[in-house]
Amino acid sequence: MFKLEGKNVITLTVNGEKRDVAIEPADILLTVLRDQLGLTGAKPGCLNGDCGACTVLIDGWPVKSCLMLAAEAMGHQITTIEGLKNAPIQKAFVENWGFQCGYCTSGFLMVCHSLAAIHPDADEYVMEEWLQSNICRCTSYEEIRHAIRSIITSA
Amino acid sequence: MIPFTFDYYRPDTITEAVRAYKELEGAGRFPIYYSGGSEIISMARVNNIHTKAVIDLKAIPECTVFENNANELVMGSAVTLSAISEANYYPLLTKACGRIADHTMQCKITLGGNICGTIRYKEALLPLLLSDASVIIASGNKLATIPIHEIYNHRLNLKKGDFIVQFIIKNKYLSLPYFHIKKTKNEKIDYPALTLAAILDEGRVRLAFSGLCAFPFQSPKIDTAWNQEGLAADAKIHEMINHLPGPVLNDVYGSDTYRLFVLKTTLLNLEKELEKMPCSN
Amino acid sequence: MKTIGFDTLRKEAWDKVTGRAIYTGDEIKAGTLHARILISPHAHANIKSIDTSEALKVSGVKAVLTGQDCAVRIGSILEDRPPLAVGKVRHFGEPVALAVAFSERAAAEAVNKIKVEYVPLPEVFTPSEAVESTAPLVHENLSSYKKAVSDVYPEPNTNIAERVKIRKGDMAMGWAESEVIIEASFQLPKSDHIAMETRNAKAEILPDGEVIITTSSQAPFTVKKMISQYFNLEEGKVVVKTPLVGGGFGGKAAMTLEILAYLASKAVNGQAVKIAYTREEDIVSAPGSIGLEAKVKLGATKDGCLKAVEMTCLLDSGAYADIGPRMAKAIAVDCTGPYNVEHVCCDSLCVYTNRPYATSFRGFGHESYTFCMERSLDKLAQTLSMDPFDLRLKNAILPGSTTPTMVTSTTSNTGSLPACLERLKSLINWGEGSRIELGNGIVRAKGISSLWKTSDLPTDAISGALLTFNADGSINLSSGAVECGPGMKTTLAQILAETMKMDLSRIHVKLDVDTQVCPEHYKTVASMTTFMAGRAVQRAAEDLIRQLKSLGAVVLKCPPEDLDVAEEKVYQRHDPLKFIPFKDLVHGYQYPDGQSIEGQIMGRGSFIMSNLTTLNKDTGKGVAGPAWAVGAQAVEVEFDTKDFSYRLIHAATVIDAGKVLNPKTARGLITGGMCMGLGLATREAFEYGDQGEMLNTSLRTYKVMHIGQEPVYLVDFIETPQINAPFGARGLAEHGIIGIPAALANALSAAAQTELDQLPITPETIWQAKTGGKI
Repeated sequence: MFKLEGKNVITLTVNGEKRDVAIEPADILLTVLRDQLGLTGAKPGCLNGDCGACTVLIDGWPVKSCLMLAAEAMGHQITTIEGLKNAPIQKAFVENWGFQCGYCTSGFLMVCHSLAAIHPDADEYVMEEWLQSNICRCTSYEEIRHAIRSIITSA
Repeated sequence: MIPFTFDYYRPDTITEAVRAYKELEGAGRFPIYYSGGSEIISMARVNNIHTKAVIDLKAIPECTVFENNANELVMGSAVTLSAISEANYYPLLTKACGRIADHTMQCKITLGGNICGTIRYKEALLPLLLSDASVIIASGNKLATIPIHEIYNHRLNLKKGDFIVQFIIKNKYLSLPYFHIKKTKNEKIDYPALTLAAILDEGRVRLAFSGLCAFPFQSPKIDTAWNQEGLAADAKIHEMINHLPGPVLNDVYGSDTYRLFVLKTTLLNLEKELEKMPCSN
Repeated sequence: MKTIGFDTLRKEAWDKVTGRAIYTGDEIKAGTLHARILISPHAHANIKSIDTSEALKVSGVKAVLTGQDCAVRIGSILEDRPPLAVGKVRHFGEPVALAVAFSERAAAEAVNKIKVEYVPLPEVFTPSEAVESTAPLVHENLSSYKKAVSDVYPEPNTNIAERVKIRKGDMAMGWAESEVIIEASFQLPKSDHIAMETRNAKAEILPDGEVIITTSSQAPFTVKKMISQYFNLEEGKVVVKTPLVGGGFGGKAAMTLEILAYLASKAVNGQAVKIAYTREEDIVSAPGSIGLEAKVKLGATKDGCLKAVEMTCLLDSGAYADIGPRMAKAIAVDCTGPYNVEHVCCDSLCVYTNRPYATSFRGFGHESYTFCMERSLDKLAQTLSMDPFDLRLKNAILPGSTTPTMVTSTTSNTGSLPACLERLKSLINWGEGSRIELGNGIVRAKGISSLWKTSDLPTDAISGALLTFNADGSINLSSGAVECGPGMKTTLAQILAETMKMDLSRIHVKLDVDTQVCPEHYKTVASMTTFMAGRAVQRAAEDLIRQLKSLGAVVLKCPPEDLDVAEEKVYQRHDPLKFIPFKDLVHGYQYPDGQSIEGQIMGRGSFIMSNLTTLNKDTGKGVAGPAWAVGAQAVEVEFDTKDFSYRLIHAATVIDAGKVLNPKTARGLITGGMCMGLGLATREAFEYGDQGEMLNTSLRTYKVMHIGQEPVYLVDFIETPQINAPFGARGLAEHGIIGIPAALANALSAAAQTELDQLPITPETIWQAKTGGKI
């Protein structure tokens, strides 16, 4: 049985690299990514799993890092926005005016990136289902819809 | 941020898990089993639960089993809602899981977590109730197989230290014609004003509800009322309402009278849909 | 080369898609302490005692503060709010105490251990109850509060913080001329901004007394002034920094956490302290939007000519006034909507209640009164059997008409509402009918609303711009305006590039604000940044051009008036081949023998509002803002008469933008506002329990729009220039929200054939209105 009792150094795999972090077992992944690794692209928006601003990928699937313990992420591949290098969705967001204040953007990008990888032919319903996990308060979503549409081909 | 600390245990076997619980309980650590964990974190954050130890069940192979063999569908309690949807072995369950929280949360919330959590709606339970699922429980040193209607009757009857390992559904249920509708106040991603799931099994309709009373339920009396021959829908609905197992919820997601109105319109809708079953909604 | 009028990518676009854009909470200096607040569980209660002893014992806790530790009251209009409650709490969620610790966890643990004894007091929850003479008083000593401005008139021993009166024309005559009179009343709930970044701030006090505050604010200069004033600090010793802001919508114009961060830092010998509202606190402790109760009475002739408008607006400002008195003013100033009405009587009151307090919110009250006015117009149209479009067209404000505060409308200061209405009419295909039955109980219906808005800034609001050159001839632009989403910094760069006739890529903008180096910009609010900061940038550019020409004249041996600038060159107008590039001038010109003249060329541009006046206390006469932007909006729904559910099909807006500077950005601002308006109209509202406790304090329970629920957006612009604005552009960042709730309610009222006069409109509220709640 794996145990973490009190503060411990654990190794996380973040954006393909092994990173050591000192955590309390009660620390959420979001805080560890931000405070210890300086990966501040994932944002605190509600810390309750409702807004999606903190979304990262765990083994390629979107997860809200505010509702995941850092301890749980051990042994999994964590991808943050900083791990995307010229992903098509980044350009698509820029070209489609997919953000204004930009605070929700990292989270949206991670969901879109994951969707494009897992369901590259997602229809409108699936696309909406995935993206309803996130809140953007600045745009009308029209721009975000155009951005994701430009990188996935509807079935 | 969780305003207190706890220790984290991730057993590799059922036996380890049960033993860890017993020991931590004995040591006054108020252990809790942890599956998807999202509800535990969100409640801990606002001091609604307190623990000194969480026992993560996700490394136990039996809890992550997910297979459809020749006879039955076996689903570990730590299988995520999105895994259930992606595999789509049981379309009604896919529907139900697809309307719990949002998609990203469905990648974290597990079947066991949805059913064992404290959030009252437990919408993944409805398909399990309708398909007379069996539940494998780790209880002390042994595994027990218990019919879902026995372990869940308006509340989950799990003894302290026990946990759900698996849910098993007979194959015959997976392909029955079904109906699933979730009505919310106005926003799609929300708790239900009413969730109604139904299956058509050998000409007989079975119904299960969430968001109507303080707990999800499936009721033989209500099924009987609905399946009466030769009675007008209005009359059947009236009779069903008389058989509700508890007061109708009355809160910000919908007043009690409105929920009954929604129930009525949904049942009328169901009647129409039944004429063209099999269907999905 | 031209940038004005073309789609222009925001300067920080790539930072924002790579996670590299920096917001206040992203820079975490090692050693920073954390503060957390304790909030009131009561809506109105005396604080009998606060016991912090157990909290102080928590390991890692450095300080615990209560209201006793900070004897100031703050407020930008009326100084009525203690940063931490003193003596009593006035709303659910009011900050009562604060703990500072090495870690956020320790601070939170300490907060959990603070024991407060409360003695509940009678509460007052609605503004109509609050204005009754027998109502419990939210502020017993209202008359003793210091006024931060001269023109505010709180009424002692009442819950009325401000009363703004409009008295235009002769009401008796207005009613006499009216052949038809309709009356209606409305109730609109409070709601929240829900900027995705919750308000957060950091503070530290250096050994020499310099206070450094970093904050997610729309008003860093106000923070500087207020902190300096409340704590008797030299203004230059307070430095406020604002990096990118994760959405504001007016909610970050008020000072909230900055003062707590300062007090917390002070309590720990000036160490850096970070404080952030949780989402729940951001909703209940920090200010949201106003609620409104309004009564409207309209008089018109049989052919639909509006003769008289009488309105009473009770703004629910909650427990504190904040900017509420100015919202009462803003509502009064524009109360009729963009219509020509000769006889107007409006009383607009800012009222205290025991609800969470309110501050500016996108639209500054306009979305609220517009709902009441535009719903009333539809009722009038129905009474007159007149087409809602025709009624609005007939009464549209035109050059020569006067506004409620008796400002004469001109083409420049108002633009053209008729052009907007006509365009909207074809955009939404009004001609096919506003209510169409599709069969099987499904109805398609459309509703419309006009809108207008001017700003209500202080009459001396200022802005400024500073320009420096790099040696290569490119320009650095510094302004005190905050980048909170609308792309202001990019707009300013566009204005500069266009004025300098140079490439936009050669303009470098300072995205963050630092009050020590950036010229003051009043606040990034009121859709006024393009106008104010844009004018300052234009002046700064002219300042550069003048200096460039002056030095160029020496080098090119001609009079400066023979010179012009373009493409980073100073050239002779009559012989453009004779030129000198900027790079040879901007850091001084050097002769071949090494001698040099002039030095760095720097541009400065200053702006102050002109010709604005305060309002006459008795009649409201006066000039509140420099100009209006007018527009017209529509919503089309598909409504199911069986279960009262509905879908949003289309939402349309036509705005007279004056000049569209950046089309895609302008469209995004308008549709973003529309989306927020649809949220207000369909789902957003504070819900309370019987004791005044808020029930929906998280995004789990307070719902905003998500993708997939939005209609198809139709947006178009009319361009009637505002002559004194940069390139003629009117402020429009707020305007998309204003008429949407009204248009949706008009559409659904038509669809359901019942009067829907409250928000939000859900299937349950329609069912209630239509059936009285029958199953």
